[in-house]
Amino acid sequence: MKPARFDYLRAGTLAEAHATLAAEGEDARVLAGGQSLVPMLSMRMARPKVLIDIMHLPQLAKIESDVNTIHIGAGVRQAKLLAWPEIHERQPLLAAALPWVGHAQTRSRGTICGSVAHADPSAEIPLVLLALKGAIHLSSRQKQRRVSAIDFFTGMMSTARNDDELIEAVEAPCRAPGHGYAFREFGRRHGDFAIVACAAVAHADGVRLAIGGVADCPAVRDYPDLTGTALDDALDEFAWELDARDDLHATESFRRNLVRQLGRAAIEEARRCRA
Amino acid sequence: MPRMSADANHRIRFKLNGRMVEADAEPRMLLTDFLRYNLAMTGTHVGCEHGVCGACTIEIDGVPARACLTLAVQADGADIRTIEGLAPAPGRLSVLQEAFRRHHALQCGFCTAGILLSLECYLRDNPSPDEATLRDYLGGHLCRCTGYVTIIAAALDAAERLRDANKDA
Amino acid sequence: MSKAGDKSWIGRSVERIEDLTLLAGRGRYIDDIGVPPGTLHAAILRSPHAHAEIRAINTEAARRARGVVAIITAAEVAKLSASLVVGVKAPIECWPIAVGRVRHVGEPVAVVVAGDRYLAEDALELIEVDYAPLPAIVDPLAALDPQLPPLHEGLSSNIASDRSFRYGDPQREFAEAARKVSVSIRYPRNSCTPIETYGIVAVYDPAEDAYDVLANFPGPFSLHPVMARALKVPGNRLRLRTPPDSGGSFGIKQGVFPYVVLMGVAARVAGRPVKWVEDRLEHLCASVSATNRVTKLEAAVDADGRVRALSFDQIEDVGAHIRAPEPATLYRMHGNLTGAYDIRHVAVRNRVVLTNKTPTGLNRGFGGPQMYYALERLMQRVAVELKLDPIDVIRCNLVPTNAFPYQTASGALLDSGDYTRALDVALADGGFAELKKRRDAARAQGRIYGIGCTAVVEPSVSNMGYITTVLTAEERRRAGAKNGAQATATVAFDPLGAVSVHTASAPQGQGHRTVLAQIVADAFGLAPNDIRTVSEIDTARDAWSIASGNYSSRFAAAVGGAAHLAAMRLKEKLARTAAAQLNVPPAEIEFAGGRVHARGNPDNSISFARLAATSHWSPGVVADDDQALRETVFWTPPELSPPTEADEVNSSLCHGFIFDFCGVEVDRVTGAVRVDKYVTMHDCGRVLHPGMVAGQITGGFAQGIGAALYEEFAYSPDGAFLAGTFADYLLPTSTEVPVPVILHVETPSPFTPLGAKGVGEGNCMSTPVCLANAVTDALGLDAIDLPMTPAKLAAHIHPAEQAPNRARGLS
Ligand code: FES
Ligand code: FES
Repeated sequence: MKPARFDYLRAGTLAEAHATLAAEGEDARVLAGGQSLVPMLSMRMARPKVLIDIMHLPQLAKIESDVNTIHIGAGVRQAKLLAWPEIHERQPLLAAALPWVGHAQTRSRGTICGSVAHADPSAEIPLVLLALKGAIHLSSRQKQRRVSAIDFFTGMMSTARNDDELIEAVEAPCRAPGHGYAFREFGRRHGDFAIVACAAVAHADGVRLAIGGVADCPAVRDYPDLTGTALDDALDEFAWELDARDDLHATESFRRNLVRQLGRAAIEEARRCRA
Repeated sequence: MPRMSADANHRIRFKLNGRMVEADAEPRMLLTDFLRYNLAMTGTHVGCEHGVCGACTIEIDGVPARACLTLAVQADGADIRTIEGLAPAPGRLSVLQEAFRRHHALQCGFCTAGILLSLECYLRDNPSPDEATLRDYLGGHLCRCTGYVTIIAAALDAAERLRDANKDA
Repeated sequence: MSKAGDKSWIGRSVERIEDLTLLAGRGRYIDDIGVPPGTLHAAILRSPHAHAEIRAINTEAARRARGVVAIITAAEVAKLSASLVVGVKAPIECWPIAVGRVRHVGEPVAVVVAGDRYLAEDALELIEVDYAPLPAIVDPLAALDPQLPPLHEGLSSNIASDRSFRYGDPQREFAEAARKVSVSIRYPRNSCTPIETYGIVAVYDPAEDAYDVLANFPGPFSLHPVMARALKVPGNRLRLRTPPDSGGSFGIKQGVFPYVVLMGVAARVAGRPVKWVEDRLEHLCASVSATNRVTKLEAAVDADGRVRALSFDQIEDVGAHIRAPEPATLYRMHGNLTGAYDIRHVAVRNRVVLTNKTPTGLNRGFGGPQMYYALERLMQRVAVELKLDPIDVIRCNLVPTNAFPYQTASGALLDSGDYTRALDVALADGGFAELKKRRDAARAQGRIYGIGCTAVVEPSVSNMGYITTVLTAEERRRAGAKNGAQATATVAFDPLGAVSVHTASAPQGQGHRTVLAQIVADAFGLAPNDIRTVSEIDTARDAWSIASGNYSSRFAAAVGGAAHLAAMRLKEKLARTAAAQLNVPPAEIEFAGGRVHARGNPDNSISFARLAATSHWSPGVVADDDQALRETVFWTPPELSPPTEADEVNSSLCHGFIFDFCGVEVDRVTGAVRVDKYVTMHDCGRVLHPGMVAGQITGGFAQGIGAALYEEFAYSPDGAFLAGTFADYLLPTSTEVPVPVILHVETPSPFTPLGAKGVGEGNCMSTPVCLANAVTDALGLDAIDLPMTPAKLAAHIHPAEQAPNRARGLS
């Protein structure tokens, strides 16, 4: 279990990173915290020609926030965001989801943007960005662009990022007045990837529910303020649409059931928080 | 820093347990191998090489980190602490190590270095943990021998002693 | 020398001698030990197929790769070694590398030897193997099908052994009994997965045609002759050594032995020392698994719950090869098929089948988890079907207190015990009555809560002859009777009178050095720190026998006992020498506090060190028979006799007793099990070190939690391996393992020198089934198989799903 050979570039400037990405395309991989990438290297499931280490670019290591949004740079480690004193106030959904990301010993090194780039179908951070209508900031030598989360996660570990692009930051809206948030997850053990994870945002007109762990990438639905059997029906509908599958850890029907039950619990809690 | 070529060895330097150390490595070399084979620091163990078991956990720049999920080149310039740096002197043990000994918190000892490093970091920031949060935190480590009961007891005991020592200080 | 207290060191939780080193990161595990200059590193190419013919292997490109020194395939292995001996009478071979075809995912196909592991793995990618996939057999019941082609040419089917046994008159009892109760079990595959993997450094000396291999091999050393014969050398040309420390084994590291042969061959081909450290992916898919077993067990029962007879039908899946010592998993419990119960009539049919899965081997509990899962599920079913209290059913069947030593129907001699008292103490001190109240209160609130209990006899110190029960009496006569359990220990004095101890039991975390120091310190009136224990084994220099090694919980009972005997022999000699010097009869010599003195006259004394050094410095003043330099004891208990003509076998020497009960709650939404309370009562004879005993129990309990709720070496129907990483094979962590309440009663074993029995494996036997009994009680289920995953349990809680009403929806 040892990686194949690759070059290593510790980027001193963003331009240097961009230039290498432009030159090497899919043969280059960005290395941040390495918590997802390094095991893939060791198992030789990823075989880049060059790794671009972006952890020494101070401009990427920042959490910035105004009243509307939080910008989380590509160098920000998960533990740093979780320890950010304003996180609960600024965005309770992120604060609720982060303790579910891996373990303290991996959050200390893993980055927010790294999890987004890896796009594991059961990862919490992509799910939360989707629920919050967050966005991903991409940059290349040519241009910068902002892609909304809904357009970014395109399938099983695949995203809308082009080969020459770097995720510079992700953006999440701050807590909005009158909104309520809730997060629910079930995994085999604490710290495992989710079998089902739910992120709910309740607002004045209804509720937005995102589900991870079931389909190839997180999925989201917006509902008017449904209650009772109407909500049951909507969740049932969502559960079936996710195309759940059997695997080692759970059956498809178990997953659908958790979508119904945890989804409902998340929605109800989000509504309570809204009140 | 120029791009390091895959085929060549490159000099890596970092602070290890308070002393600067250096040795050569290819870019692909894992930090676990670098510590163990190139620096002969064999106290850091490898149990899975894919980031799950926690046996390789060390301290990098003040936080716990999986050495097996780190490349040696990434560590260049870092401040690293390993099990070899915990004891205050040869033949003596730190408060946490002593607590492990008293509580029989190790059997084969293979998981122990990672757990100790992890706890050292944790207790520094959280001097008064309760059992539940401690269990949650140690969920990032696998021990196959002890069933964790004595590890938790040792950690709680060490936390208390460290608090008392700080009070006296 | 430090002062010993008045009290004996045995029985005290002294701090472990091992820990100062281990806690400082100075342990010497296999991968920490220096290797000879020029040592090369091996990596293994493994089969991606469950079953395939190997049409061709092209190693050309790999041979040319940077740093590569040698590549070993079946051709070299077949030329330089012989098949591993197989434990059943069948014309089949067992190689450490695939010969002609691969039979399980992960089976070695080629070995690259290169300058370092990175380079070796680079070259693996350049080897081209042309496989022709074949259909895989995964289900052990499917393997019974005589129509399916056999996985091994020498066999006519995939049943490698089929034996039936009868003890008493089970037929009559079944005909006469008021009721019959039965269970059908599919016990899954799992493994106790030590955190350290296998490791080997192999050296070959062509001048003497001899192998010198360092491996973290824990025994049994009955595998040494198997390795030597495979390497085609006499035993004295396979020098096997073990490192001082080992990162856990739980039996699993026994499975390093085929790799000893493989790396021996690799070192011979490469002409240089070869080191191989297994990685975790290799370990999970191809080291050793416990057997999976399909059991149908039926009981003939009286109306009051008294079990008159049992009938076992066990189908044991040993995977792709019958690798030594299999099918031992099936026979290890053969004398103990009636568990803790006085049941005189037993019928057994044992079949061993081959499938396209990893070969099996030692795994903590070794046959106990599989057997007790059936037996103790059955006892619960007896209670449920007869509407009796499960505790009453257990109680009325227990071996009576006045019956010890008690010979079971199938031949085990239960050495000592007071099962009824242990049960009563557990119920009282463990708070069984309160637990029932808790259950009732939880149920009144609509929660899903259940109680389980189980009684288990934990065998330890295996009889080397039990495995021959797989042979017929006639076959055994021809092969020669096998029996016994030679344990050995050596105690020596150096010229300064310091005491050293050596045994042939490679510790894997059990604190051997500390316990041996306690035992020997007690003999000489010294302190444990005065005693130096060496834990490595070297077959070229040390005393050992085929029963040596650290397995079947034999350390405390057999090895510790041998150390005690060796120390006592030296002590008697010293006492006579001292008696002459102090002018008192030897019977009046006492050893205490580092001195040897006349009873009642502490001033008439000599220092222990001086006395112990006498035979070095002044042998002339010591009687010939009393020369005391070094004493090696071999000890084997006479009770471990070969299987009888009637197939009765005393499969183990000691028998601890365990009674467990627990309360669990099943989450209505997620199906997750929460262990609310767990009580485990142990009688392991005399306790040598309470802290270590608690550690063994808690560790085994945690592994029992894993087997019950999380762990499975799962295969897909086509034989693909599904648990290939630690993200798929789920070990319990500190958030999953509760704190068990541990209770003890002590009935010392009359058969061991110190009265101790094994204690390490019991909870791997009792805990899974105890939890299953609680979960079935909670959910009102007739049957459940492990692991009890949330999805499996939720299927019994969640209402049946309605197909989606698509017309109503958006899609
Ligand atoms: S070896 Fe690094 S986490 Fe297991
Ligand atoms: S002490 Fe052996 S794995 Fe923890």
